[in-house]
Amino acid sequence: MLPEAKIPAGPMAEKWDNHKFDIKLVNPANKRKFKVIVVGTGLAGASASATLGELGYEVHAFTFHDSPRRAHSIAAQGGINAAKNYRNDGDSVHRLFYDTVKGGDYRSREANVHRLAQVSVDIIDQMAAQGVPFAREYGGLLDNRSFGGAQVSRTFYARGQTGQQLLLGAYQQMMRQVEVGKVTLHTNSEMLELVMKDGEACGIITRDLTTGEIAAHNAHAVVLCTGGYGNVFYLSTNAMACNVTAAWRAHRKGAYFANPCYTQIHPTCIPVSDEFQSKLTLMSESLRNDGRIWVPRSADESRSARDIPDAERYYYLEEKYPAFGNLVPRDVASRNAKTVVDQGLGVGPLKNGVYLDFSEAIGRDGKDTIEAKYGNLFQMYERITGEDPYTLPMRIYPATHYTMGGLWVDYNLMTSIPGLYACGEANFSDHGANRLGASALMQGLADGYFVIPYTIGDYLAPRLGDPLVSLDDPVFTDATKGVRDQINHFLSIGGTKSPDYFHRELGKLIWDYIGMARNQTGLEKAISEIRALREEFWKDVRVLGSNDTLNSSLEKAGRIADFFELGELMARDALDRRESCGGHFREESQTEENEALRDDINFAHVSAWEWHDPDTPQTKHAEELIFEEVKLTQRSYK
Amino acid sequence: MSGESLNLTLKVWRQDGAGAKGGFETYPAHQIPTDASFLEMLDVVNEQLIDAGKLPIEFPHDCREGICGTCGMMINGRAHGPEMGTATCQLHMRKFTDGDTIEIEPWRAAAFPVVRDLVVDRSPLDKIIEAGGYVSAPTGTAADANEMPIPKEVADSAMDAAACIGCGACVAACPNSAAQLFTSAKVWHLNSLPQGQPERFKRVEAMVETMEQFFGSCTNHGECTEACPKEIPQDFIAYLNRDYIKSKVKNRKLASQR
Repeated sequence: MLPEAKIPAGPMAEKWDNHKFDIKLVNPANKRKFKVIVVGTGLAGASASATLGELGYEVHAFTFHDSPRRAHSIAAQGGINAAKNYRNDGDSVHRLFYDTVKGGDYRSREANVHRLAQVSVDIIDQMAAQGVPFAREYGGLLDNRSFGGAQVSRTFYARGQTGQQLLLGAYQQMMRQVEVGKVTLHTNSEMLELVMKDGEACGIITRDLTTGEIAAHNAHAVVLCTGGYGNVFYLSTNAMACNVTAAWRAHRKGAYFANPCYTQIHPTCIPVSDEFQSKLTLMSESLRNDGRIWVPRSADESRSARDIPDAERYYYLEEKYPAFGNLVPRDVASRNAKTVVDQGLGVGPLKNGVYLDFSEAIGRDGKDTIEAKYGNLFQMYERITGEDPYTLPMRIYPATHYTMGGLWVDYNLMTSIPGLYACGEANFSDHGANRLGASALMQGLADGYFVIPYTIGDYLAPRLGDPLVSLDDPVFTDATKGVRDQINHFLSIGGTKSPDYFHRELGKLIWDYIGMARNQTGLEKAISEIRALREEFWKDVRVLGSNDTLNSSLEKAGRIADFFELGELMARDALDRRESCGGHFREESQTEENEALRDDINFAHVSAWEWHDPDTPQTKHAEELIFEEVKLTQRSYK
Repeated sequence: MSGESLNLTLKVWRQDGAGAKGGFETYPAHQIPTDASFLEMLDVVNEQLIDAGKLPIEFPHDCREGICGTCGMMINGRAHGPEMGTATCQLHMRKFTDGDTIEIEPWRAAAFPVVRDLVVDRSPLDKIIEAGGYVSAPTGTAADANEMPIPKEVADSAMDAAACIGCGACVAACPNSAAQLFTSAKVWHLNSLPQGQPERFKRVEAMVETMEQFFGSCTNHGECTEACPKEIPQDFIAYLNRDYIKSKVKNRKLASQR
């Protein structure tokens, strides 16, 4: 049974305010009696830990990094959306809400999205007050830029390092609570199990990555802020250590996993250059403000980009989508890049990219202006490719970037396990089938600063006086033993192939069959091939060394084991969803113009999957999506 | 885009843990594509080590796009290697020559003990932030962001300082293992902004004095800026010193009395 989504009654614009009044509160003096575990210290985790600490809760924050400041939120480049309407260009909370629901191709929960749009304005105020050095105009007021999927300018930014500056802001607020003793920080600690007692979350098991110590931690509630699962593709824009393990182990304990097939392929990344490649690098979507995307009209083109006359260039986004042009949403931009590359029009030595050309913008605004806006991105591109984007167009191609799917949560961000919450990219709730640019930072901070601090009280208030579950309780000792057994098992397999080998092979299967375009035959094949590779992994993986020290092979093996199970579920979810929507494109379901064709009659729902065991497919529970405010239409960006 | 490859010899520092004795091991690195990053080169060598049944080299890395600050090693005696303004993960093999021998060591500083091989413990940097590297702005208290205009030049200067990625190269490059560049970057980021004024002198005093518990003293060698992947300028150290001296007066504790 899927728990209730707990969407408050009343008009859309009043739901959140009403809900805040209706839910239970914990008295300020009683908050210190509750212990809350927050796993992850990215935007969602650091902001949640800081705020829960300020409120008075006893917070324990966990990160597998050596410092909380290294969480992958730090790599977000472009910006953060907020409905401030500082440009006076017609923005409003309702418009941001509308754009986000539409951008998500009508597969998100309206009430959650509206709340996100409402608190977006508070986030900017909060971050500015903390000293985030947002870009400013000469008059001293905040600057904005435009992002895909919107016709207003609502994106705030700090050069090309917005994620870094926002994360440092949230991290500093958390460190302030560490100093006063309200937050206890556990670095180098990876969550390997969720512990439950009587059907409720009561703690976690962690491994210290530097000493191998397995430790149990109890709490009254557990908040997972552990990010997305894009690294299932092996090659992605995620950091190397990003993984699904914390969320997946919660899933195995009963937390439903929602919409795993909704993965976002970002249109502007540097194309793959060789087999050794370990990750893909994003070039911020903001570049699409000034860059023009094109390929040669002829597949036989052999001239350098500069020598191809304008008439022989195919500006395919501008031609097909005159209203939005190069600023169409990410899914549309990505699929169109794939289409032209599949037609043989790709550029670069492997013919696997498209041009993103700044020559017109440099001619119009001058090199200095472009450098001021994007200098660090241009520099990064030059380092990686050895080519100068001021004189030659960049070569870009889509790459896996973000995952809209995640743990199912209700309006309070609680998963299907009482006492277990999921915030930020780790949950599924706000972006539907496609996330708009500059909305991930917004959601992570919304959840951590402005949602979980209120909603967690509703669960905790009636539990005042409940003791913590003892670490000697069998639920903890059994879970600790389970984690230790899995580690010892990896070390004893003594196979022939490295964990990276299996990850790379898994990634190829996922990219080929569950990537930018999916079909029934491919998805069925993916399921059987992932299973076969998974069996081989458990027999033949080689994990050298021991548990009692830093051992990256051992860390990877555990994460890859979870990616195998997740990959299979992604295929099942994609197979089950016989429609196209946002980032999920089923070739069987497209319009005459090759756009994603939704099936609102059969699929206007969230697919929440319930775990059984590794060899039994999950059971699907459907949460119907009810649209009160936004009328479902075929998305059009023409 | 050269499509060429290199044959190299690596001399890599291997060490089982903080208390263990370490030493250099020599490994061949053959057929390394020039388009590979330095860390991808180490990935290739590690795959070969695992195939041969040997423990792979543990090295710090994560985002591989020069922003998380996890990576960092001494490459031929230089923090982050030969390229100016470049973190190890952004260094590419096209900057090396066929036949080169490359010496790779962990950060060298007493404050950063070795965890294993090339990985060190940089937690003292977090201690400096914990001591005061923030603006006290509890959630929910903020006024509208545009109510406090900040001149563009001020915001830009704060951003120049805030660009620090906390990798610790400044400490590793410094003959005194001082952390002045790191600390000054954070202090200047916050002390130069209007939001940072109320806690300005309390902040600088607490951060500098926490820094001094772990790190050596700055004697203006300037190696830190040379090594910094974000090219944080050395003048921030002057601003740090100025504010620190002032703090001793403002906080009513004369420096000579300490």
